[in-house]
Amino acid sequence: MALAIPQRVPWYMAPLRLLRAIFQVRQFPGVAMAILVFLLVIPGLFAEWIAPHDPIKGSLAARLKPPMWAPGGSTTYPLGTDKVGRDILSRIIYGARVSLRVSLEAIIVSGFIGTTLGLMAGYFGGRIDGFIMRMVDISLGLPIILVALVFVSVPAFGPSLTTLVTVISVLLWARYARQIRGETLSIKERDFIARARVAGASHFRIMFRYLLPNVVNTLIVLATLQVGFVIIFESSLSFLGAGIPRPTPAWGLMVADGRELIVTAWWISMFPGLAIMLTVLSFNLVRDWLRDHLDPKLKNV
Amino acid sequence: MTRHIGDVILEVEDLHTYFFTRLGVVKAVDGVSFSLRQGETLGIVGESGCGKTMTALSLLRLVPRPGARIVQGKILLQGENLLDKSENEMRQIRGRRISMILQDPQTSLNPVFTIGNQLIEALKIHHYSHARELVQRAISALKQVRVAAPERRVDDYPHQMSGGMKQRVVGAIAMSCEPHIIIADEPTTSLDVTIQAQYLRLLREIQEETGLSIIFITHDFGIVAKMCDRVMVMYAGRAVETGSVRDIFNHPSHPYTQALLDSVPKLEERTARLYSIEGQPPLLWNLPPGCRFASRCSYTEARCETEYPPSFSVAEGHTADCWRLQGEWQTYQSSVSKT
Repeated sequence: MALAIPQRVPWYMAPLRLLRAIFQVRQFPGVAMAILVFLLVIPGLFAEWIAPHDPIKGSLAARLKPPMWAPGGSTTYPLGTDKVGRDILSRIIYGARVSLRVSLEAIIVSGFIGTTLGLMAGYFGGRIDGFIMRMVDISLGLPIILVALVFVSVPAFGPSLTTLVTVISVLLWARYARQIRGETLSIKERDFIARARVAGASHFRIMFRYLLPNVVNTLIVLATLQVGFVIIFESSLSFLGAGIPRPTPAWGLMVADGRELIVTAWWISMFPGLAIMLTVLSFNLVRDWLRDHLDPKLKNV
Repeated sequence: MTRHIGDVILEVEDLHTYFFTRLGVVKAVDGVSFSLRQGETLGIVGESGCGKTMTALSLLRLVPRPGARIVQGKILLQGENLLDKSENEMRQIRGRRISMILQDPQTSLNPVFTIGNQLIEALKIHHYSHARELVQRAISALKQVRVAAPERRVDDYPHQMSGGMKQRVVGAIAMSCEPHIIIADEPTTSLDVTIQAQYLRLLREIQEETGLSIIFITHDFGIVAKMCDRVMVMYAGRAVETGSVRDIFNHPSHPYTQALLDSVPKLEERTARLYSIEGQPPLLWNLPPGCRFASRCSYTEARCETEYPPSFSVAEGHTADCWRLQGEWQTYQSSVSKT
């Protein structure tokens, strides 16, 4: 397909131009949005209809097939197959579902806990504030990968999606709590909060009907800020065998699977790795754009 | 003036609100008593930090926590002592029976909701229901404070309104649950003078319509003269003089009140330099045993330094805390009756 390149620009500039388009974050991050939609959202929601093959059952006859453009590849397996003959493309498509689920669940759970505790800490102050903020400090000081490994090794939990979401939430709530507390501290000093007290509103009502709507912008930016982190974290844990259990297709797990064959069958690790990188990069670009538009105060986060 | 002043609805007796800090006990309100009749406006006057606002917050039991506490006294609202109420019962009283208008309309409204929303919210706190009825009530509340085109204005956000307009909306919110008493804590300080005059006139009109009692906290004697029936002058946590507006202006009996009135610029007199009270008010955590004004007063005697004076009655409903009045009581009496 021919790209619309002006005459005088040499052909090798094309990728550079594309990169520059991606990195111009102040403009609407259309490319990043498109990548997210086509790499994460659509595959995640409609995996059954899109994926050409079964992601878990492979055919041993077709093991270690290279991608279609490499010598020996075929269009049946566009991105090749792994060592038990599973289609890489199908596994990436199903893997998007895992990433999507983990990041959504972890962000909703941690956002809920973090926001509630942050509002409480900021609004009540005093001992409650001290206690919650010490919890935040502890939580932010934990070596997260180690904590996750310990969690998984406890038989009661074991590696599963629920464990993964729990671990990530336990570690992520602190960031919400700290940010929301700071915002709350400044908002609660405004007269409309005093007016609500004078009008007889309860503490609960003030926190969720007066303070919360004023921190929603921050909350949205924070949530998108965390998505990239959650995806990377999920992949790292899966790579270490502490995340999603086999044979569920998860991107991190696929990278791990291809590790020992990286020299001969590079495509097994390469494509899921690329998927992780592109998703996280796009999320970060979208987040920068959102932040500039919704909450200029967070510029340095 | 077609106002009817009825029975006493609020009676405060010997109210003490202290802050417990590392520096010691700060006696923000230290033995204040007053009463308020239905339809009456009571002005509380005094310089910054003399306990005006703390007195008002004590009435609603909203003293800043932790730290401040009402340690002694009685607040009788229609005979019920508010200090015996539970927090839940107090929530029913706040906004519904005693309401408050705060100083700064710029931050008194929530920036993320329309004003209609905020009016409805105030009604919802007190369990008024039915969506359509709520909108109607919000519109009529705006009408009451003379907001033009209230049907359209209910959908406005606070930033779309001017300062005076916002303060009216704040007033409408305060009055939406038809309270008996409104505490107005310097409601016009951040408004310019013409808007201020308009706002005060509006408050008066509403008072005439509804028979509301107002406690007006201010440091502006001009507003007191225009708005109030009675005045309470506060100094360092105590009410030093109480009386009708006429008595306070014509016969200020406490040296502090006299000094305050002297420091108001007058149109008919030419003075090179405006009078000011020398010195600073005493530190509230280290109060002298005697009269708190002694160190700044020009009439100080030995007794003033050691013993706090009792309230002497100067005239009917006019009292002042000053030793000078003990001896001159008779003389004062006669001078009051002559004029």
